[in-house]
Amino acid sequence: MIKIKNARKVYGEEVKIGPLNIEIPKAGITSLIGPNGAGKSTTLLMIGRLLNMDEGQITVANMDVTTTKSKDLAKILTILRQENHFITRLTVRQLVGFGRFPYSQGRLTQEDEKIISKYIDFLELTDLEHRYLDELSGGQRQRAYVAMILCQETEYVLLDEPLNNLDIARSVQMMEHLRMAANELGRTILMVMHDINFAAKYSDRICAMKNGQIVAFGTVEEIMKPDLLSEIYETKIDIIRGPHGRPIAIY
Amino acid sequence: MNTVESRLKTKGAFDARLHMQPTRTHRTSAFRSKKDERRYWFLLTLFIGLGLLAALGLLLYNNPVPVDSPSFIPVVQRRLEAIVAMFIAALCHSFSTVAFQSVTNNRIITPSLLGYEALYSFIQTSTLFFFGASTLASFSGTGAFFLQVTLMVTLSLILYGWLLSGKYGNLHLMLLVGIIIGAGLNSVSGFMRRLLAPSEFDLLQSRLIGSVNNADAEYFPIVIPMVMITVLLLFLFSRKLNILSLGRDVATTFGLRYQAGIIYTLVLVAVLMAISTSLIGPLTFFGFLVALLSYQATPTYDHKYIFPMAFAIGFSILTTAYFLLYHVFNAQTVVAVVIELFGGLIFLTVILRKRSL
Repeated sequence: MIKIKNARKVYGEEVKIGPLNIEIPKAGITSLIGPNGAGKSTTLLMIGRLLNMDEGQITVANMDVTTTKSKDLAKILTILRQENHFITRLTVRQLVGFGRFPYSQGRLTQEDEKIISKYIDFLELTDLEHRYLDELSGGQRQRAYVAMILCQETEYVLLDEPLNNLDIARSVQMMEHLRMAANELGRTILMVMHDINFAAKYSDRICAMKNGQIVAFGTVEEIMKPDLLSEIYETKIDIIRGPHGRPIAIY
Repeated sequence: MNTVESRLKTKGAFDARLHMQPTRTHRTSAFRSKKDERRYWFLLTLFIGLGLLAALGLLLYNNPVPVDSPSFIPVVQRRLEAIVAMFIAALCHSFSTVAFQSVTNNRIITPSLLGYEALYSFIQTSTLFFFGASTLASFSGTGAFFLQVTLMVTLSLILYGWLLSGKYGNLHLMLLVGIIIGAGLNSVSGFMRRLLAPSEFDLLQSRLIGSVNNADAEYFPIVIPMVMITVLLLFLFSRKLNILSLGRDVATTFGLRYQAGIIYTLVLVAVLMAISTSLIGPLTFFGFLVALLSYQATPTYDHKYIFPMAFAIGFSILTTAYFLLYHVFNAQTVVAVVIELFGGLIFLTVILRKRSL
């Protein structure tokens, strides 16, 4: 469980995030949605201890993210941002292998190698495992990074816009992989999403944010309401039923 | 929560897929292929061999006294001092530049940017300016040497302590401030140099261009262990450097204390640069040249392999350059100038064709 209590981040007079209060249960996929500047990424970064909050407390699996040793947190929580430093001469397998760092400190054991292979296969990178990262397409590289953080084998996985710059086919593929990671590997995934229809299709819960506040948190059905979405995005949004009765937002 | 449950029913699809995978050898090597690895070891041996050969040549070739003469050994011993200085310079510049470029995630900058060389030339110039030529000539004992090293390391500690922790916490801001401090010190010493008498200026100039002949063997017993320990610490830090070069966010995600790691690396870099600059003088582009060549010769991200290659290349460049200039072209003093010229040219080429970075 991720618990956020009165967390606040102040960027200036005008821009304030919080106070945020929410409890995100274990298991499944939770999406953070909302317009630009709503504080989605800030919230995610604060949970992932990449950004210090100004007030409040965040605990993940009962560990306080500001006081727990980073080393210990690395075994229960991982976070992937949109942009990553680029290293030359690094193969997919080596990148995924970095995910074992919290356990092996860079000395890969036989056990680690098996786990690395498992996640390379899981994200269907088997044929690409000896390619350098700069020889991959954007979608393949994104999958390699996701394989790296899954390889860290943490219960909680945070993703900042995992579909950024991916085309429709790549986006569907990525979401299928993440869905599978939640179902079969039992990961709790929290991610920032821009496309509400993708969020609705693949998430179990949605948390909607606006102006630095959490506006609504609930199941997909509870959030995918025309009035609520129209208000959050300040745009007329209708909901129709797609095949299998799934809600689809039209805007 | 019924959505979760219904979705969990599809469990098993991945397990089934896993079993379909052919079993493969589970190994993550630092190199992409065996061929790359063989090429690495070949090049490493080649450079070490070249370095040793040139060093041997420098020691023995063209010795004015015959081998059976009693003064043969003293001549070799005097020449050995220059070789040791090259060894130290190569170690300092190769390790510090590679480590520095990794933590800053930038392959076109060198630790010289942090103002060590400007500080060195400032100390030398102001000693001459304020205290005269005789003081500068005598400003060379162990005390003076350590005073310089301490000053340089202190400057960098202040810079890192101030700019890397707290609310600034920004590597690029620190580099910018380092460059500005360097430029400031350079203009102050440039101003003082204008007011010097030509003979004094000449004396100073010989100190401001790096040369292994500047090195005083008196310092070796202290300098060698210091350099060795610092280099060893950096080498042992290789695995963490690999992670640090992935950037702050990824390093933090993997549970590394990024800030502490960066400061630790930069302090070691500062020690190496300060020692090398005080011992030999400024060599601005040498580290850059060595690092660039070693990236070309080492097809891996792993610092455990980049460091030795960088050192081997650095040492062979220095020894070969000195050997060629001394014994083939009969030019005695211009080695650093030539290295800097080539380093500078390659630096410009690399910047202009950004692709190969």
